[in-house]
Amino acid sequence: MSERKVRKVWEKIGAKKINKVIEVSRLTKRFGNISAVNQITFNVIRGEIFGFLGPNGAGKTTTQRILTGIIEASSGSASIMGFDIKTQALYAKEQIGVVPEMTNVYVDLSAWDNLMLIGSLYGVSKRIRTTRATELLNLFNLYERKNEKTRVFSKGMKQKLLLCMALVHDPKILFLDEPTTGLDVQSSRLIREKILEFNRRGVSVFLTTHNIAEADQLCNRIAIIDHGKIAIIDKPESLKRAFQSVQAIEVSFSELIKDENELREIKGVNKAQKAGDKFRIYTDNPGELIAHLINFSRQQGLRILSLNTLGPDLEEVFVKITEEHRGWNHGKEKSNIESI
Amino acid sequence: MGKKNPILSQFKSACAICRKDMFIYYLKAPVLIYGLLFPFFLFLAFAIGRDISFESLLPTVLGLSIFFTSSSVGPIIAPWETRMRTLEKLISCPISLEFILLGDILAGFLYGMAVTLILLIFFIPFSVFVMENLFILILGIILSNFCFSCLGILLSSPATDNPSNIMMLSYLVKFPLIFISGVFLPINKLPPLGRLIAKFSPLTYTVDLLRYSSGKDHIYPAAFCLIVLFISIAVFLCIGIFLHRRNLPKRF
Repeated sequence: MSERKVRKVWEKIGAKKINKVIEVSRLTKRFGNISAVNQITFNVIRGEIFGFLGPNGAGKTTTQRILTGIIEASSGSASIMGFDIKTQALYAKEQIGVVPEMTNVYVDLSAWDNLMLIGSLYGVSKRIRTTRATELLNLFNLYERKNEKTRVFSKGMKQKLLLCMALVHDPKILFLDEPTTGLDVQSSRLIREKILEFNRRGVSVFLTTHNIAEADQLCNRIAIIDHGKIAIIDKPESLKRAFQSVQAIEVSFSELIKDENELREIKGVNKAQKAGDKFRIYTDNPGELIAHLINFSRQQGLRILSLNTLGPDLEEVFVKITEEHRGWNHGKEKSNIESI
Repeated sequence: MGKKNPILSQFKSACAICRKDMFIYYLKAPVLIYGLLFPFFLFLAFAIGRDISFESLLPTVLGLSIFFTSSSVGPIIAPWETRMRTLEKLISCPISLEFILLGDILAGFLYGMAVTLILLIFFIPFSVFVMENLFILILGIILSNFCFSCLGILLSSPATDNPSNIMMLSYLVKFPLIFISGVFLPINKLPPLGRLIAKFSPLTYTVDLLRYSSGKDHIYPAAFCLIVLFISIAVFLCIGIFLHRRNLPKRF
């Protein structure tokens, strides 16, 4: 279908009827013999914040760069609001606002000029981009310094300005790659608040991060990518529930335990870790373990100072999934070698 | 955001890129040094102490200025933006690579045109131009500035984030050209090999057009020079776009 036809269809059916704002199918990116992204398939639903998590080098940034038209995929397909990213790249790019991972603002230009430049590249009229730039700079507390060259801006201010630049044309989808990495608590909190605010206004968000707490706090759904393959896609709470074995009990005793291995030998303990003056004990059955711990403390003549049950946190889920995924891949590679 | 005409909206975006380049790069040290000071001192080294009439210096002055000034902006932009990490943001905007490069070319072109215009205003009182050739002169200046601005973009295609690497490469290519293109020494006084190589340098045709416009001896017909400049623009553009597209993923 020609670009004009696709555009007509899109205008006819209206933006509201497109439910999947990002559709990715068997997307692959190879650098030489290495597959940075390997046949990944997923969708992002209108109005959701979709988290894209993975360890360093998992393929997160490569995926975002393909979807935002910065690099081309080796195979597979993807579309943004119905526009194919390869054949209708410019139309697809019009729908999105991007904050790339390692990008910077133009330090020789003022905050205002940076916004005007990006606004004009998106074809926004001068009147609208002036109004919008004023609104955004006020929203991110940068308006007072709009005429200063951004060379003197802090990292947090630059990141806020980058977010303004991504929003100046009122995009339907926001791509954020590690938006709060390296920022102070206040800046991170402000950026997270604004992401939620724009999401409430109807902007769908594709959030690439390795900050699990941030993903847990912001995302409606999460995809975990490792070694270029998607290991799992689910809601954060569903992921936590699916990994009940990562439930834990945090216990603190009145005195030091002579032999910590005895603690590890208690029935129902999957793993025990010392965490400061406490022990974090992972189990499948917290109720049963509490009874065993009370018996253990009596036998050892110890007093329990505190005992808390911890639900499975996303970080543990993430570690478990990526470890399992690596183990599975490793096993697969091994079995392939054996079969050869 | 209703973009009625995609080409027109892309061209407007290219103009925005050009405006950005003008603000950022015109006053950068490499552009000032290699685009203005270097040709000026090169000219002084050539002219001082020689018995040459002022009018005879015109093709040399204008040739040097057009060649160095218009080709000084392009080479710095791509490596600078790669280093400052602004290129990725630019590429994610709805503007094609061709029009980003066009914006950069326009910035170099306008820089060259501005300096040429200042020099022309300076030369007007000396009435060194043959008035009936004024149209050819203007057309030649426009095409030459555009041509060498395209050359600047072509030279910036290697995927490096170090502007000085590109400036070195740029001068490795540009410096020999001024000695075989009739800027300092007329082509008919060059050795046979020099005359042969001169035919492949677009600067030869720029200087020849300038000599023609100021009523001096020239080798090629003006129309032929203009056609060669057109062809040079097309060649530099095509190779430049191809190399930039090929090297773009290496910049991230």
